[in-house]
Order: sequence, then C-alpha cells, then structure tokens
Amino acid sequence: MAETQVHAAHHAPSQGFIRKYVFSVDHKIIGIQYLTLSMVSAFIGMALSWAMRIHLAYPDFRIPILGWLSPNGAPNGLMTPEYYLSLMTMHGTIMAFFVLTAAPFAGFGNFVLPIQVGAADMAFPRLNMSSFWVTFVGFLLAAATFFIPDGPPLSGWTAYAPLSAVGSVAGPGQGLGQTLWVLSIAMFCVASLMGALNFIVTTLDMRTKGLTLSRLPLSTWAWFIDAWVSLLAFAVLLPCGLLLALDRLGGTSFFIPGGLVFNDQLQPHSGGSPLLFQHLFWFFGHPEVYIIILPAFGIVSHIFPTFIRKPLVGGWKVITFAEIAVGTLSFVVWGHHMFVSGMSPFMAMVFSVPTLFITIPSVIAVLVWVFSLYGANIRFDTPMLYSLGFVSLFITGGIGGFFLAQPSTDSYLHATSFVVGHFHFTMGLSAIFATFAGFYYWYPKIFGRTMNEKLGKLHFWLSFVGVYCVFITLHLTGFAGSVRRYSAFVDDFMIPLMPAQRFMTISALLLGAAQFIFLFNAIWSRFKGPKSSDNPWGATTLEWATTSPPPFDNFGGRQLTVYHGPMEYDDEASVMQTSPEASIAGT
Amino acid sequence: MAGKVFAVVVVLVTLVTAYCVVTHVWWMPVDISVHGPKIDHQIEETILVAGLLFIAGQIVLASFVFRYGGATGKPKQIPGGAKPLVIFAFVLVGTEVLALSFIGSKAWGAVYFEAPDPSSLRIDVQAGQFAYYFRYSGPDGKFGPLHPELINEGNQNYFGLDPDHDPDAKDDIVTAEIGIPVNKPILLTLHSKDVGHSFYVRELRVQQDFVPGLSIPVHFTAIQTGRYEIVCTQLCGLGHYNMKAYLSVLSQSDFDDWLKKQAAMQ
Amino acid sequence: MSQIELMVAGGHEVIMEASPYGIEKKKLGMWIFIVSDACTFGAFLFAYGYMRIGTVAWGTPFGFSSILNGMIMTAVLLSSSLTMLAAVRAAQADDGAAVKKWLGATMLLGAIFAALHLREWFNLISEGWRLFANPTGGPAQFGATFFSVTGLHLTHVITGVIALGFVARGYKQGRYDQSHVETAGLYWHFVDLVWMFVFPLMYLMNAH
Repeated sequence: MAETQVHAAHHAPSQGFIRKYVFSVDHKIIGIQYLTLSMVSAFIGMALSWAMRIHLAYPDFRIPILGWLSPNGAPNGLMTPEYYLSLMTMHGTIMAFFVLTAAPFAGFGNFVLPIQVGAADMAFPRLNMSSFWVTFVGFLLAAATFFIPDGPPLSGWTAYAPLSAVGSVAGPGQGLGQTLWVLSIAMFCVASLMGALNFIVTTLDMRTKGLTLSRLPLSTWAWFIDAWVSLLAFAVLLPCGLLLALDRLGGTSFFIPGGLVFNDQLQPHSGGSPLLFQHLFWFFGHPEVYIIILPAFGIVSHIFPTFIRKPLVGGWKVITFAEIAVGTLSFVVWGHHMFVSGMSPFMAMVFSVPTLFITIPSVIAVLVWVFSLYGANIRFDTPMLYSLGFVSLFITGGIGGFFLAQPSTDSYLHATSFVVGHFHFTMGLSAIFATFAGFYYWYPKIFGRTMNEKLGKLHFWLSFVGVYCVFITLHLTGFAGSVRRYSAFVDDFMIPLMPAQRFMTISALLLGAAQFIFLFNAIWSRFKGPKSSDNPWGATTLEWATTSPPPFDNFGGRQLTVYHGPMEYDDEASVMQTSPEASIAGT
Repeated sequence: MAGKVFAVVVVLVTLVTAYCVVTHVWWMPVDISVHGPKIDHQIEETILVAGLLFIAGQIVLASFVFRYGGATGKPKQIPGGAKPLVIFAFVLVGTEVLALSFIGSKAWGAVYFEAPDPSSLRIDVQAGQFAYYFRYSGPDGKFGPLHPELINEGNQNYFGLDPDHDPDAKDDIVTAEIGIPVNKPILLTLHSKDVGHSFYVRELRVQQDFVPGLSIPVHFTAIQTGRYEIVCTQLCGLGHYNMKAYLSVLSQSDFDDWLKKQAAMQ
Repeated sequence: MSQIELMVAGGHEVIMEASPYGIEKKKLGMWIFIVSDACTFGAFLFAYGYMRIGTVAWGTPFGFSSILNGMIMTAVLLSSSLTMLAAVRAAQADDGAAVKKWLGATMLLGAIFAALHLREWFNLISEGWRLFANPTGGPAQFGATFFSVTGLHLTHVITGVIALGFVARGYKQGRYDQSHVETAGLYWHFVDLVWMFVFPLMYLMNAH
C-alpha cells in the first residue's frame, strides 16, 4: 500500500543520473530539455539561414563546411540550387516546429505552468516525458535527412503536393529525405497532442486552493488557450501527414491527380487533389502561427506588470478574451494562404473577411500593452526590453497582414519576399523576442543564477536593430516583386535588387553574430553568474514563492493558498498571490 | 536611459520605413493591364490605412516608453481604463477592415468575377519543370485534345498533342514565348503537367497558380506594348528560380506576323 | 544539483491535498483526447468527402451480404457499448466479479467486430481492391479511403480491446479502481460513436 500512496502524491524523486536528467518525469527537467533542444535547433536554423543569405548575395562565395557536410549538395562549398532549397526547407521546418512551437510553449510552459498553478508536477508526468522524447525522435529524423545521399527534401516547410507526394521523380531529396520529413512531422504532431492534453488537464485540474481562473497568471492563461489550439490543429496535421505518407509509400492518390508526367513518364496515380492537401495543411498551418504567437502574448503580458509596477489596463479579462478570440478565429481563416491557388474566387472573399477581422483582437492586445505603459514606472531590465521589442515587432508584422489578408492586394504580393518579411516579423521574430524575454526573466528561477545584464542589453540592441534591417528590407523588395524561395536571382527585374540583397545578408550575419553573445551569456551565467534570490524581480506569482531553483515537488510539500490575482503591483510595493494581505491594486 | 534610447530607435526605424515606402525606393513596376489600376489603388489605400496604424502605434509606444521610463511615485492607469481602447479597436479598426473588405472585394471581383470577353484570344499554357509552353489554336479556332501519355520533350510534344488522329490539333501552334496583341482581351487556360507552378507577371498584376489536375482560366487585357518577364512563384523543384518565359505585348499587325512565323516553325 | 537536495530535505512523503478544482484527471484527459481524436477522424472523413465529390464513377463494391455484415458489426459494437456500461456500473457498485465478466464480454464483442471487419477487408482484397487499385479499372479512390478510414477505426478498436485487457487485469489485482474502468468506458463509447459515422459513410453510401 505504501507504493500506492507515493503514487497518489505524484511520483517519488528519481534516483540515478538517467532517471533524474535524461528520462526524467520531472516537468522542470523536461522544460529544460525542450529549451535546450530548441536552442540547439535555433542555432542550426540560423546557420542554415546564414548559408542561404550568403549564397543569395554572394553566389561565388565558398562555404567549405557545406562542402564537407554534403559533397553532392555543395561541391567545393558552392551550393547547388537543389541544396539551397533543401536548406530552406530545413530552416523552415526546424524553426517553425522545433524552435517556435517548442520553446515558448513546451519549454517554458513545462517548466513554469505547473509551478504557477501550485502543482507538484504535470497531470500526467510519464506522458509528459514521452512528449519530449517523441519530439526528440522527430528532431533526429529531420536531422538525419542531412546525412543521406540525396539530402533533405526541397519542397519547403509547407511540402505542397504533388511535389512532396510523387517521390524522387520530382527531384533530389524528394525520395528518402521527404519520407523522413513526413515521419518527423507526424512524430511532432503526436508529441504536441500529448503535450497539449497534459497542459489542459493540468490547468483545469491541478490548481491549488484559491487559484480561480480569474486569478490565473496571464502566461498560464495563454498556454492554456494555446493548448486548445494545438489540440485541434495538430489533430488535423497528423492525418494530413499520414495521407501524404500513404501517397508516398502506399501508392494511394489522395493528393496526386491523374495525367502527371515526369521525364516523359506518365505517373500511375489518378484522381487525387493537390488542393485537398492545401486545405488540410493550412487548416493546421494558420492556427500554427497562433500556436507560436499566443505563448508570446502570455509571456509578455506576464512580464509587463512586474516591470511597469502596476496591473495591465483592463486587468486579466481584456487581454485574455483577446487571446481567446484570436485562437478561435484562427480556425476560420486558413484559405487566405490559398487566394491564388485556384480555389474558388468566391471562397477567397469568404476567407478574407475573418482574416481582416482577426486584426481587431490583435489590435486590442497591442493597445493593452501600449496603453498599460501610460502612467507606469517602467524598469528596463533585459526581460522588459525584450517585451517592448516584441510589441514593436508585432505591430510592424501585423501591418503587413493588411496587405496579405485581401485577395486583390495579395494577388500581387503573394509568394514575394513581402510575405517572408511579414511572417518573420509576426510569428518568427516576435515569438523569438518573447522567448528571449521569458528566458532572461525565468533564468534565475530555472538555474538559481542571474544572467549578465550588460551582455543581455547589448544582445537586445543588436538583435532589435538587426531584425528591422533584415526584415523591413524583405518587405520593400517584395513590393518590387522579388520572388521568395529562389536560389539565385536570374530574372532581369530582380538583378537591380542585389544591393538590397547584400544589405540583408550583412545585416543577417551581424544579427546572427549577436546571438552568440546570448549563447555565451546563457552558458557562462549558468556556472559563474551571481546567485539569484528567490524573487529577484519583485514579482507576485507562485513560481516566485519558492526557491530558485525550485525543489523536486516545487514547494517542498507546502500546500499553497492563493488570495489574489497575479498583478498586485503598486510602484515598489507588491503582494504575492499567496499572501493574505489586502489587495493593493484591486485585481 | 534605456527607455530614451528605445524610443529614439523605434522612431528612427519607423521614419526610415515610412520614407522607403513613400519614396518607392523599391517599387512595383508600371501597370500595363486594364484591371491593374484597381489593384494598385487597393494597395495604396491599404498603405494609407495600415501605414497610419503603423506610425501611430510605434510613435505612441515610443512616447510612452520615453515619458514613463524610470518614473517613480504612484503609478496610474489611463483615464477610462480599457473600455475606450476596446471601443476604439472595434469601431475604428472594425470600420477600416470592413471598408478594406468592401473596396477590396470590388477590385478582386473586377479581376475574377467578370466573365471573360467572348471575343478574347484564347491561349493554352502548359507549365512543367522548369519551363512554360504556350499554344494557339491556329486558323480553325479549336484546340486539339491533350494526351498526357504522349508528352515527350525530345519530340517537342510539350502538350501531348496527337495531330495524326485529332484534326483539331493539326494546326495548333506551340511556342516557348507568349505573344499577345495589345488592347485585346486575352483568356489563358493554365495546366500543369507535373507539380504546382505559378504564372506571375508583375506588370500585368496577375498571379495565378497552376494546379496539376485543374484547368484554371485567367483573363486580362494588356494596354502597353513591350516585353515582360513571366516568372514561377510556386516552389516547383530545383530549377524553380530559373523557370521563366517572356510575354511580348505587340501591336495587332506585329502580332499577326509573329504568329505566322511561329506557325511556319511548327 | 541543489534542487535534488532540496527536494529530499523538503520531505517528499508529505501528501499534497487534492486540488479543490480537481475532477478525475484521467477522465478529463480522456475527454480531451476524444476532442482531439474526433478532429483526426473528421479530417479523414473530410478527405473522403472531398475525394468522393471530385471523383466520377466512384467504385461501389458493396452488395447485400456486405451491408448485412456491416449491420451485424454495428449491432455487435452497439451491444459492446451496453456491456461496457454494465462494467462501469459494476465498478461503481464495487462488484469485482461483475466487472470482470462485463469487461470480458466487451472485449469479446470487440474482437468479434474486428474479426468481421477483417473478413470484409479480405473479401475486398480478394476481389482485387487495394489502397491503390480498383478491380474494375475505375478510380482507385474507394480503396484508398475505405482502407484508411476503416483501418484507423479498426486500430482504435483493437487498441481498445487490448487496453480493456490491461484494465481488467489491473482491476483484478487491485491496482486500478472504478475511475480506470470509467475512463476506458469513455474511450470505448467514443470508438462506438465514430463507427456511427463510418458505417453510413463508408458502407451504406458505397452499396451498389
């Protein structure tokens, strides 16, 4: 019976290195594992973008390490057009899935959410462990494509059929590389579904005494909403991937129409529809960008009150309802990716309206952040600088959305670098900035040490300016019609844009170099950073009501009671959620 | 200090961006189509609406950060709280997006909902990795049926025509460049023989995907002679960057001569 | 690492109180899984509908005997929901013997369903239907959609039978309690419910 009791009180602390740090069921270790995986992925993804940018602006520049990695893809360090597309595909895949989906949601969510709700662990710790390891296997499958003879697939992260479905007749990388890619994505789907289920049950079921939904920290709110979006979206990407795998391996024709001819050979498929693939993919794909950005909303909304020393305007309600509205609307706008795809032009108009209307809750969120600064006492620690940077980037990114949400303007800008600039601002760099904000903010809690402020600020300034230099320029060249996913610019009208290409490449190299300041800071501070107190920022939520780092069961067996909302700030004063003192901010 | 720097950087970035957009540092080429001005107008309209939001948003952000950075004393909320913000978002942004939807749908409708002129010159376009081919119906005004199994690049049978058995196919003219008469309505039918491709001519303000298995109509009228690039904008494989063709907009008599020459080369 | 020491010092034997907001987390988890799985089935059926609308001369291979077989399968699966209900009732009444009996009956019915279903599959395969082939030479989309949709459902049934076996054993050994039986019941009823969509869409609509 003793065994049953320990089980009821969650699992006992594990013994041995493997159980403690590798196959750990502790949500904190799993969170760190996710963060580590996404940091490694981010540097790989960034290296790929460097290689691409160098090739675009300086096509004759040799990159010896590429030649070593793939003698076929980059003979003597000069990449072939197909290898460029392979790198581009893997850049998108790694960044969208293993960095942007993994870090702000699974990484910080795993570490922080159970502590913020006052629980000892996730609802299903072993399921949680499987989430990470299935993600990791997915990552290995994706990474393995670099080491097979034909290299990674070249169909982009969207893997449009039939390019992705017909196999190696469509080009190098479309054989084994694309198969591994599909399996990798299917693994990622399964892992995300398990993670989303765990997040939802933990938030609903494991909250400590007094922690009503209205007192939930805003980061937990966002992860909770995000988990629902993930749960529904990845549940559709999974069958999309399975059907694609059936087309590739089982000889079916879900996405492959009849009469296709490659190398003068008629293909044996018939009756499938490439548009079906696009519908299934974008039914996932559009919510995916909100899966990426909602945790960023939450992290920033959570960090803001601490550094402006007052609650957000509108309290928890306005920002949370805006997030719920964004999450809900995200499921009815996927067709705006398909305006020029041959979908009915009437449907284009149908999809355009909710796409434009999703601006309203997004604008409300931005107004909440911006107008919360009014009358505030803003402190510019690195997490806050990154949060402010996020707001600026998100505004800029959102503006591009107006152009792409309308079929008429999109028909000119679709598939130009304008789109690339737009999504890098809205979901790419915005989410990365929020992730950095979260990283600098929670680092003391995770490792018990503080990161270096000076290096943190230097990292911020270089990143902030670098992002604008690269991605605004992409918008501008997009107006000139510069087409995305080109491995070289041979068209007459694109050659005059070369100075812009070189400017972007140099900016991207500097932007990337700045990230090594962060890497150094993160590793160095882990061992040499000054020891942090339990609550270095003077914050109020439960993760700051325990030691840094927290004990195995988060609160040393204490049962906490919550008395307040998460935003009890008034200048220097603040009231912990767990403190029975009177409210000072009326939340 | 950090706040003031942040505010200055944000304002600078905003001004530089606005300057580049307003002065058209890199910009759309001159429009040569009948429907194009509607799209250009919609883009300008959107630049105005979205640009104002962009500048206002960044400037307000910068000024609050500038003003309240490092402030001390009792913090206060904006008078009225969140209610005016929500009302602003619903009323002003709501009106803006409604207006954009309505005006934009007119521009879209002008391109897609107007039936092609019955007198249009019909041209078939076949896209494949990594080239476009064009087909004119010839004197009989009829296109021969397509037989994908006959497609053979070596024989230059790019469309899969069977002139020996299909009388309609006998006089079909297949070309690697597209010539069209100026001021004449054109109706293209897009087919792809392998994967997705796209037909993008910046000057025409036309972008339309080729979807394997579908025949997709596109119609337009060009009003200015010249030679323009058609480029592929849908990722189609390793030669994607190099997939292009030329569109020549010719006077009617030049077009007739050109087509005759093409017919002679069949 | 310091966090491990702290946790040992923290006295882990202290049992946390149950959350005041807690409902049975396994059941809640199963509900959430059902929501997600319903989307997955929904996407498969959407693909089926999309194929079906877009295909001229859709293959309709089912004759009377197949429909009869399908109706028997439906009856078997519906009955298994009843026996599952009885198992849940028995678990709530803490009647171990009855739980065992009814779970056994549910597993048996599930296995019969799977067997009948596989017989249908083998019939079709012997007629020449494949994922990628139509024996009449027409479009192969029937085979592709039928085998993938019913294959997904069959996987759920077989997984369910195996899971019920684990639940029955755990219950007998006293490791599991009524909540486990209830959670398994939720899953089983869901699989049954999905069949109520699959049967008319995949069988009745494909009768000639």
